[in-house]
Amino acid sequence: MKTDRRGFLKIGGLGILGFAARPLVDVLLRGDLVEASPAPDTLAGKRWAMAVNVSKCKEGCRDCIVACHSVHNVPDLGNPKDEVKWIWTESYKKIFPEQEQEFDARGGKPVVVLCNHCDNPPCVRVCPTKATFKRSDGIVMMDYHRCIGCRFCMAACPYGSRSLNWRDPRPFIKKINPEFPTRTRGVVEKCDFCVERLAKGLIPACVEACKEKALVFGNLKESGAEIREILRANHTIRRRPWLGTGPQIYYIV
Amino acid sequence: MYDTAKIVAGIIIFLCLITFPIWYNVTGGKAEYVPDLKIVTQEKQCVESKGYMRNNHMQLLNEWRNTVVREGNRVYVASDGRKYDMSLSRTCLKCHVNKADFCDKCHNYVEVAPTCFNCHVVPEEKKS
Amino acid sequence: MLEKALIGSKKYYGLVTLLLIIIGAGFYFYLRQLSYGLGITGMSRDVSWGLYITQFTFLVGVAASAVMVVLPYYLHNYKIFGKITILGEFLAVASVAMCLTFIIADLGQPARAFNVLLYPTPTSILFWDMVVLNGYLLLNIVIGWTVLASERKSVPPPAWVKPLIYLSIPWAVSIHTVTAFIYAGIPGRGFWLTAIMAPRFLASAFASGPALLILMCFIVRRFTRFDPGKEAIQSLAKIVAYAVAVSVFFVLLEIFTVFYSQIPEHMHHFEYLFFGMEGHEKLVPWIWTSAILAILSLILLINPVTRRKEGILAMTCVAVFASLWIEKGLGLVITGFIPSPLGRVFEYSPTGPEVIITLGIWAMGFLILTILYKIAVTVKEEIST
Repeated sequence: MKTDRRGFLKIGGLGILGFAARPLVDVLLRGDLVEASPAPDTLAGKRWAMAVNVSKCKEGCRDCIVACHSVHNVPDLGNPKDEVKWIWTESYKKIFPEQEQEFDARGGKPVVVLCNHCDNPPCVRVCPTKATFKRSDGIVMMDYHRCIGCRFCMAACPYGSRSLNWRDPRPFIKKINPEFPTRTRGVVEKCDFCVERLAKGLIPACVEACKEKALVFGNLKESGAEIREILRANHTIRRRPWLGTGPQIYYIV
Repeated sequence: MYDTAKIVAGIIIFLCLITFPIWYNVTGGKAEYVPDLKIVTQEKQCVESKGYMRNNHMQLLNEWRNTVVREGNRVYVASDGRKYDMSLSRTCLKCHVNKADFCDKCHNYVEVAPTCFNCHVVPEEKKS
Repeated sequence: MLEKALIGSKKYYGLVTLLLIIIGAGFYFYLRQLSYGLGITGMSRDVSWGLYITQFTFLVGVAASAVMVVLPYYLHNYKIFGKITILGEFLAVASVAMCLTFIIADLGQPARAFNVLLYPTPTSILFWDMVVLNGYLLLNIVIGWTVLASERKSVPPPAWVKPLIYLSIPWAVSIHTVTAFIYAGIPGRGFWLTAIMAPRFLASAFASGPALLILMCFIVRRFTRFDPGKEAIQSLAKIVAYAVAVSVFFVLLEIFTVFYSQIPEHMHHFEYLFFGMEGHEKLVPWIWTSAILAILSLILLINPVTRRKEGILAMTCVAVFASLWIEKGLGLVITGFIPSPLGRVFEYSPTGPEVIITLGIWAMGFLILTILYKIAVTVKEEIST
């Protein structure tokens, strides 16, 4: 059989590709191993939201922050460059810019901020791997296993809610909670409305820790929920709603 | 064939290099043992059978991860009908507390470094 | 033809060795970054994209400039560009390779980069960026190599190359449109939320790319026996002139819109950039340098006397390249983050390791360019004898 060098190389290449055929078939035809039972109450029946009563917040109080950060192993990097935070306080005029009046006493008041779990989240839109995604119960969730650390979501979030782990977080966690994972360097993290607590029927850690009951968490689809009553009876504002993001943290100011 | 001697010599050197892992381990004796796993669990039975877990625990854990994180389902129904919370730290590591004597033994033997433990907290070794 | 890159003059070997050393240094610090985390750079929670992404953003423009020689030659038979289309295409290859490498260097978990292919997300602009950049890279490698190989054998290129060449023209426009969309589609960052982001990218691309190409032509003419031709260089210079004019005009349009409408949130970013804010003024000298260089180069390019003197033209091209490197890099990307969505002014400075990694990647790009140009020039020299 007459063949030249090019022909030989072509056939050789195809031959080597042929070795991949069997493993490929194995992988593609392998079915799912896990049979998970459907969740006892389906996620789609809920729409989680939170109301923050700004006037009930006490100056200098950090109960909600300490509760969240300790339960979720959020590291304390100690400097504004590398810091990781899921919930924190900012002054009123920083959260609601151009909305304070000259004679308004609220300008410097601390206001709790966290991820707004938007209805129309830009962070979910831009994530190239769906590492951040919206659950049917409204929570904007993070899959730390899939995140490639591109930080497009951090650029897209209009509220500055997200933090990257610029370093290995473990040395900076005062006391590791063994029931919850830490994260690793290079992934973005944020508040996830305590999905692991919600799965057990508990309210988020920050809500539970607030002694003044300034934080109210609930299901907007439940007509008798406390949060529905709060939203009905009070004037609430949200951060930058004109951007169309549909934030679900309602502030009673 | 031109340069026969050089080509044959080259092929022999290549074959020696490419089979290096095999003859190095055989002669060096480092792989001449079966990893000795210590099972100190309270439960007599794992989530699935020993053989199944040995072959598939990696796949199982991946699928647990996807189901819990991405679909919000946390309850696994095993092949014998028992229900488990799908969690590495709270289910697997609750029984297999001795990671160094169990998980690491095989992982070190096959030189595999799963990144799970970068995040999932390993319980302290219980001093028994 | 690859073997043509293996043999060269002492200067060639010297250049390659120098570039390899710089690449080595960059690679060493990249390993340090992998072990420490991205915190080894100057990026922060507020300014979450830094030097790597500024380089990627700027280089996408340089890459698309190949179309500025390909379009006139292949669509309008502008024969003068015939000798340098290969230089444009190979410059595109080196630039896109740099873009992709900068993106990988910027990832927090680069080992998971494959997830972008495993879990394709068409709503994400980054996904489309990956598609168009890789497509453009492939197109230019295939087109450049095939056309050059055919030239070497003194035969016309195969018929299937023509549709690929025609495809590369809109594709070049797409790479910066998609890159501009990364910024222009984000609702919360007022500095970037402008419809003319993509046109701005195109204008500065068609200025910075051909400016670099002119410089490459001068270098090639100085160190090899291949002469791209005085007319080709002059045509490119005219293109650069128009592109710089449009680019400056677009920036002025942005400034008008922001300062005439007086919306504080939008004005803050420009105030920080041009005048500093709350005592923070790291970017001020940079942007004014860029502005002055742009105006100066515009004058030198529009005036035919200074444009025709090749010595002055070379300096002008350096000025254009530097001005746009600042404006599309630091000026565009960093300023978008300052002030932060919470009104905080937290500044950014690249760290040493970050700069060395960046230089390493530039050296990689220049190495690719050197090798490809060596091949192209050697072939051209061969066929002209």
